Amino acid sequence: MDQILEIFTKANVRFIMLGLANTMMIASVSILLSVVVGSVLASLRNSKSKFVRGLVITYIEIFRNTPNLLWLMIIYLVVRIRPTPLCAIVAFTLFTSAAMAEIIRGGINSVSKGQWEAARSQGMRASQMYIYIILPQALRNMIPALLSQAITVIKDTAFLRMAMAYPELLGRIIVLTSKYTAVVQIFALYGLAMLIYFVICFILSQLVRHFQKKLQAEAQSQAR
Amino acid sequence: MSGQFASERWINFFTSYGNEMLQAFLRTLSISIIALVLALVLSIVFGVMSMSKNGLARAISRVYVEFFQNMPLLILVFVCYNLFPLINITLEPFAIGCIIIGLYHGAYIAEVVRSGIMSINKGQFEAAYSQGFTYLETMRYIILPQMLTIVLPPTAVQAANLVKNTSVLAMIAGHEIMYAANSYGYSTLNYGPPLVTAGILYFIICFPISTWAKKLERKRDIALEGRGGER
Repeated sequence: MDQILEIFTKANVRFIMLGLANTMMIASVSILLSVVVGSVLASLRNSKSKFVRGLVITYIEIFRNTPNLLWLMIIYLVVRIRPTPLCAIVAFTLFTSAAMAEIIRGGINSVSKGQWEAARSQGMRASQMYIYIILPQALRNMIPALLSQAITVIKDTAFLRMAMAYPELLGRIIVLTSKYTAVVQIFALYGLAMLIYFVICFILSQLVRHFQKKLQAEAQSQAR
Repeated sequence: MSGQFASERWINFFTSYGNEMLQAFLRTLSISIIALVLALVLSIVFGVMSMSKNGLARAISRVYVEFFQNMPLLILVFVCYNLFPLINITLEPFAIGCIIIGLYHGAYIAEVVRSGIMSINKGQFEAAYSQGFTYLETMRYIILPQMLTIVLPPTAVQAANLVKNTSVLAMIAGHEIMYAANSYGYSTLNYGPPLVTAGILYFIICFPISTWAKKLERKRDIALEGRGGER
């Protein structure tokens, strides 16, 4: 037990917390940007131009059928965007936007046709229909999937140290393990990393469950 | 960037490393297949347990699902690769890949199985019994076909995700696609061709699976709409 407590020096705790801050910074900026880019992609996917639609579909299919880790490496080693945090954000945003586009499109399609017709019959313009009628309902329907995608991004940031030497949480904890020799200490450090990731993702996944249940209950009461 | 993709770089890569990439491709495929089989078995066990009347069975299933869904795959792989040897458990990267990725996606597919069981209306059983079907006949002709239409599309999506996630093994010398591409790049400082080739190889496996998933999804939605718009 003393050996485990030995790890938690002020300097180490600070070192780990800065890693956590890095993780959360990259994840949250990437998620927000992906929602924006994903919305643009989703609306372009319904474009009248066949060429634009084809381009967007190609983009989505390429990114959805290749691993995130591959894109981290391509953007870091081949495209060579620097500084590293920017590189990480670009790579995550490129990859996650494709997933977000599909989620947002699914949300928009889930709004029933009657809503469009009702909005049009009120004399609304397309932009007004989107902003006041469709998007608010679509957003509610896609919250669970959006949050699940956010969890995926947070989990995937664990690659950042190995892929581009960015000092995120897991990377920093692995750096610390090299300073300690006792098996319990190394286990404790890994355990701490697991605990931190788990707590963050668990809270988010409970939110996912909560919203899913709410939506299901509503759908059932509407069906009756 | 054009320098990174100069034609001699491609030629060098394919002539000196083409065979290794092919081997790595086959290794990704075999890890994926073994992990998928494991994931399917686990998902049925834990999915059924999650709907059990027994509170303990439900709790165990929930702990399994929450643990693996809320943990980065990379940590789990590192624990097996870096920590287990410290307590004298040594596993090959191939075995770690099959086991951990199987466990990880088993948790995701277990939730799919659970929602599949939940989606079956109790009335279906009663209707079938009233027509003189036995329990097994009811399962075979009424329940399972309906469950498959609901469960198959998200399971196929998970299968594609599973293939993509085998790339995590690049971090523990897994000798699959991602590792092979990366180590060629590392030793020659020629990263463009191997990484693009790796992307194409993943795409070759995942694109048919996810296209199939979409087709199944469309079919399912049409079938559900026919049942009175239950979504």
